[in-house]
Amino acid sequence: MSRGRLLHLFAIAALAAFPLAGGPFYVELVGKVMILAIFAMSLDLLVGTTGLVSFGHAAYYGIGAYALALLAPRYDAANLWATLPRSILAAALAALVVGALVVRVKGVYFIMVTLAFAQMAYFVFHDTDLGGGSDGLSMSFRPVAQLGPFAVFDVSNPRHVYWFILAAMVAVAAFIRIMLRSPLGRALEGIRSNEHRMRSLGFSVPRYKLASFTIAGGLAGLAGYLLAMQGGFVNPELISWHQSGNALVMVILGGRGRAHAGIVGAFVFVALQELFQSLTTHWQLPFGAAIILLVMLLPGGVLGGVARLEAALAARAARRRGAAGLVEEGGHE
Amino acid sequence: MDIASLLIQVLNGVQYGLLLFLVASGLTLVFGVMGIINLAHGSFYMIGAYMAFTLSSLTGNLFLAIALGIVLSIVLGIALEWAFFARLYRRDHLEQVLLTYGLILVFEELRSLVAGNDVHGVAMPQALSGSISLTSVLSYPVYRLFMSGVCLALAGGLYLLIHRSRIGMMIRAGASNREMVQSLGIDIQLVYRVVFGVGVALAAFAGMIAAPVSSVYPGMGTQVLIICFVVVVIGGIGSVWGALAASLLVGLVDTFGRVLLPNAAGLSVYVVMAVVLLWRPEGLFRRAA
Repeated sequence: MSRGRLLHLFAIAALAAFPLAGGPFYVELVGKVMILAIFAMSLDLLVGTTGLVSFGHAAYYGIGAYALALLAPRYDAANLWATLPRSILAAALAALVVGALVVRVKGVYFIMVTLAFAQMAYFVFHDTDLGGGSDGLSMSFRPVAQLGPFAVFDVSNPRHVYWFILAAMVAVAAFIRIMLRSPLGRALEGIRSNEHRMRSLGFSVPRYKLASFTIAGGLAGLAGYLLAMQGGFVNPELISWHQSGNALVMVILGGRGRAHAGIVGAFVFVALQELFQSLTTHWQLPFGAAIILLVMLLPGGVLGGVARLEAALAARAARRRGAAGLVEEGGHE
Repeated sequence: MDIASLLIQVLNGVQYGLLLFLVASGLTLVFGVMGIINLAHGSFYMIGAYMAFTLSSLTGNLFLAIALGIVLSIVLGIALEWAFFARLYRRDHLEQVLLTYGLILVFEELRSLVAGNDVHGVAMPQALSGSISLTSVLSYPVYRLFMSGVCLALAGGLYLLIHRSRIGMMIRAGASNREMVQSLGIDIQLVYRVVFGVGVALAAFAGMIAAPVSSVYPGMGTQVLIICFVVVVIGGIGSVWGALAASLLVGLVDTFGRVLLPNAAGLSVYVVMAVVLLWRPEGLFRRAA
């Protein structure tokens, strides 16, 4: 068994065992971090894999969450197995419609247009009565995980919710891994590194971008669904542009385009946030300064920094052994 | 809607559009000339409004506050360009977005430390606080006419600066070919610093003159930033005159949207943006400045 796979199994086992040791507050917090990890992984599919910088990804996160709140019957519990696919579908559909408009524009336009459409979604939920206006909606009943006569797990038990979120995160990571190895994933990476070449090779670049945008939107919708399920309420702040900005920060913290960038980024992000919040109520001041420093000093994110450190250590060890030849420097994409 | 109230809405729309132009022109100039997308541009509008609030309560005179504010905002712009933006020229858009996102968080938190999170009103100057009566019941405030007039004058000044002055020639040349301008012995760094300083000053000035009408409140910067993105997308990025036309369009659409469709007030400008994207993805006006 390779070192990487062993590390994965160890990390999953540690996360799975956590609720047995951690208190209820931390079980909920780590659950929330894993939801953010799914959200960040979905964004990295656009930013890291396809090379599309979306500043409006929170729209699909919020739509996934609102879909559960709107699909749930008022005086009864919704069925998880019925509402989950529909919520993902709703988010993917919204991404398909917006994507059809935005994949035609490039670079800096793409950033501005995705942000503007996310803001439009924000106003739809904030200004109209569709989703309870600025107060949002709260659900009286959590969805139940009843599958025929079997209760697969108990949604009122926070540990069960935690394990369900963990399973979803692992499933999304596996899905993205498989997707990246498929012809679709290869084509998306090709588009990131050289769009013109892909076009000359006969690939329909806008269609591939649209596929990437739609899949990323659907996965973000899954994250939003889980958040609504865990918290039991939704409000327009889920779609605010801060959410989109924070997700981008997570992707960068993790090191965009690297495997597990979203997961590492989400954990580092929340750790930093908790740290600064414990120090001062004006936590955004050191947090903003940390983001600025990150951009100026660590272009490859935390994982990129670790890779560079490892490469430097390996180079030193190689020199010590007196090995001749160049050691390839890490930290590049 | 009778003719007088229609006139009032048109005047309001034009005034809002011209105000947006002051912010959007800086955004589009900084991108067109320096190649930088600056999310913190809306923060300069917010900083301007809060400077008007703080300085006018200190000096007791809005015009004095505005004069001081312009000087301070130019200094701020040059300092920021030197400290952060000069490092961003050759970095990709994602890094520019993140760094300027960090700046927004810092500015918002500093605003909360200095002025708190309350909404504040700013007193209108006595001389401009009257209104002109249009019919027996409807009238139009003089201050809003004053705002439109000042914005128009600044738009004219910007035209002269870009098309009729030596530095404007350097700005236009720098926008089309940075290396060529440098090899002709022009200090491109200085040109960039001037452009950035002018952009910051324009946005801050917009915030200052808007303060008596809109009052000052947290989040005003990002609100204006996102609308300016819509303006720039409609007008075509890098084009100052596209920004002027698009600002007026957005100002009028937003104003009439609020009157005619009060339930979907915020949405109308985004619908216009979607239509423009379908029709002309590069914006209505190709790069001209």
